[in-house]
Amino acid sequence: MKRKWIAATAMVVATGLLAACSGGSGDTSNEKVTLTYANWSEDQTPAMKQIAAEFEKANPNITIKVQTLPWPEYWSTLQVGAAGGTAPDAFWMLADHFREYAKGGQLLDLSDTVKSNNIDMSAYPKPVSDSYTYEGKVFALPKDFDTNGLWYNKALFDAAGVKYPDDTWTWQDLQDAAKKLTDPKKGVWGIAAPIDSQGGFYNTILQAGGSIINPEGTASDFASPAGVAGLKFWTDLQAAGESPTLKQLSDTEAVSMFENQKVAMYTSGAYWALRFYKNADLKDKVDVAPLPQGVKRATVTSGIGNAGYAGSKHPEELKKFLAFLGGTKAAEIQAATGTVLPAYQGTQKPWLDSMPEFHLQVFIDAIDYSVPLPVAGNASEWQGLAPQFLSPAWDGKKPVEQAAKEYQDAVDQVLAKQ
Amino acid sequence: MTNVATKPVRRPTGRRTGVSKPSGWWALAFIAPATIGLVALYVWPFLSTLMKSFQDVPAFGPATFVGIENYTTLIGDGDFWKAFGNSALYTAIILLGIPLAVVLAALIEQVGRGRAIYRVLFFLPVVTLPVAIGMVWRFIYNGDFGLLNYVLSWFGVDGQFWVADPRFTIYAFGVVGIWMGLGINLIILGAGLQAIPKALYEASALDGAGRVRQFFHITVPLLSPSIFFVTILSVIAALQMFDLLFIMLRGVNNTALTDSKTIVYLFYEKAFVQFDQGYGAAIAIVLLMVIMIATAVQFRLQRSWVFYG
Repeated sequence: MKRKWIAATAMVVATGLLAACSGGSGDTSNEKVTLTYANWSEDQTPAMKQIAAEFEKANPNITIKVQTLPWPEYWSTLQVGAAGGTAPDAFWMLADHFREYAKGGQLLDLSDTVKSNNIDMSAYPKPVSDSYTYEGKVFALPKDFDTNGLWYNKALFDAAGVKYPDDTWTWQDLQDAAKKLTDPKKGVWGIAAPIDSQGGFYNTILQAGGSIINPEGTASDFASPAGVAGLKFWTDLQAAGESPTLKQLSDTEAVSMFENQKVAMYTSGAYWALRFYKNADLKDKVDVAPLPQGVKRATVTSGIGNAGYAGSKHPEELKKFLAFLGGTKAAEIQAATGTVLPAYQGTQKPWLDSMPEFHLQVFIDAIDYSVPLPVAGNASEWQGLAPQFLSPAWDGKKPVEQAAKEYQDAVDQVLAKQ
Repeated sequence: MTNVATKPVRRPTGRRTGVSKPSGWWALAFIAPATIGLVALYVWPFLSTLMKSFQDVPAFGPATFVGIENYTTLIGDGDFWKAFGNSALYTAIILLGIPLAVVLAALIEQVGRGRAIYRVLFFLPVVTLPVAIGMVWRFIYNGDFGLLNYVLSWFGVDGQFWVADPRFTIYAFGVVGIWMGLGINLIILGAGLQAIPKALYEASALDGAGRVRQFFHITVPLLSPSIFFVTILSVIAALQMFDLLFIMLRGVNNTALTDSKTIVYLFYEKAFVQFDQGYGAAIAIVLLMVIMIATAVQFRLQRSWVFYG
């Protein structure tokens, strides 16, 4: 309740400020201006500050204040700030929250900026740039992107005498390997099979030829034969005891299981690369391969976008800054620090070179067969339903078909609300 | 008030008598800071929440009046009733901690030197960051490597996934909740204990009453106003439980979270994750009513057990 009050007060104050400022903000490019730039990652903050400093060098009249908010508070703070007129000027956006903000008129339209700055939209992975376009207008420029790969532990593969995964692998190869790698006596499992949408069952549903959510965004596809096949991929691994149970994966998340060398394979994004690389125990034991193919090859992809607040007091300076964030210089700084895979085409090389022992190119190659992360309707609402409806299938308490049908009905109900 | 027995003092004439009328304004001016704070921080948000509960409030943009729709949805919402049941169960567990607090308070009172050390030790959780508490307890409760299961293994007891197994989650949180509330409760009860005249214990000892008898026949009745106060506070805090869930169930990979949501967690989820602030407001208003009813019932019940000496 307090938050709402703060928002309201903030709104009153902010409207006052807006009124006060509206007279002055014309084409005064030499006016001293401070812009705030919010993110949720301590890890990436140094790179963000470096980018900000680079921008300030070229634009001495603009100061950038980088703000880092903890992830659990990021979205509520942003929402209250946007509604109350106190949102940061520039901030990170995610595809599943994007629609709500674009629809609500909270984001600065960057279409003209793209034109006047000659920004080549085709330099970004199309699924990512598409996810930040609303009604034909560009509201955020892709910052980075992630696709999925199959992380594996070479030492555990060697110990079990299994050939390393490569780009020829099919589902069958993975299943066979998981079986051979599992060794209950040593407390080692072949793979981690959590209920993970982005790193897990979304990919396998697509690989089975399914669509997750239909293109119109009106219905989901979990109970179709392909949907069920994509879910069964994981429940079979659970049923065979080739993965830690859901309870175990709740207490110790899948990535930690992989880091502790309890599981030999883990399908997930490129964002773990630096963490694995910095782990002295893992650095020489870990590598990554493309996801195995089912009926076809597929991975979901998404990426962070840099967006601007429509209520910003300095829209012109903000546009300048956002254009800079979307450009090559900012991408190169991100790549060189090794934190993320920058979205801008051709700038990823420093990232690859920063961890030469890993075959990170698989994440870039995956762009070719990637599909945007589905974000239809009130995405945060229906995405939250997965554990509730899929746990019984993962735990073997309900047939996959039945759990998939119930899950699909629940998701469709949310999609129908819009 | 103090000099009622003496002869009425004649009020001096002059400036002082003139105060009576303007004093209304002065009084208002003096209580203004408190009043403004109260109105701005409690009354206004309450009214705005009440208003929102009758509206459909999108994330951004204008709200529309929908009458009692949010409340009718709520009555038919299985998730709400489940959350209600979870909060009630959690509150019941927290109430079990109060006898424990009374016994501990009495024991600490027996300690001569070093009493303060015990108080501090029990009070530490109160001033510790909830995030830190959540992390430590997640480690204690971890099914594979947890401290609790390790200790249980000494006795040949098979460990459980205390947090990740939906059957145990609320109970596991109840234990943490009791532990977290102990510090405040012990302070309040400790103050209450010190107000009990020592002579009563001495007299009863002469009459042959043992420690246990003294506890039940002197300590508990004379402490009952403090116990009542502690109970009221505990119930209100328990019904508002949110942080433990938020911290300890982050990243769970099964139904442990869906099965253990409390009312406030549901409120958070509706208002801040799903952007449905109108519905969230309705939940908040219903929770307020539940707390008011629970408190009123306790005040009613206290007549039969609280002893005001």
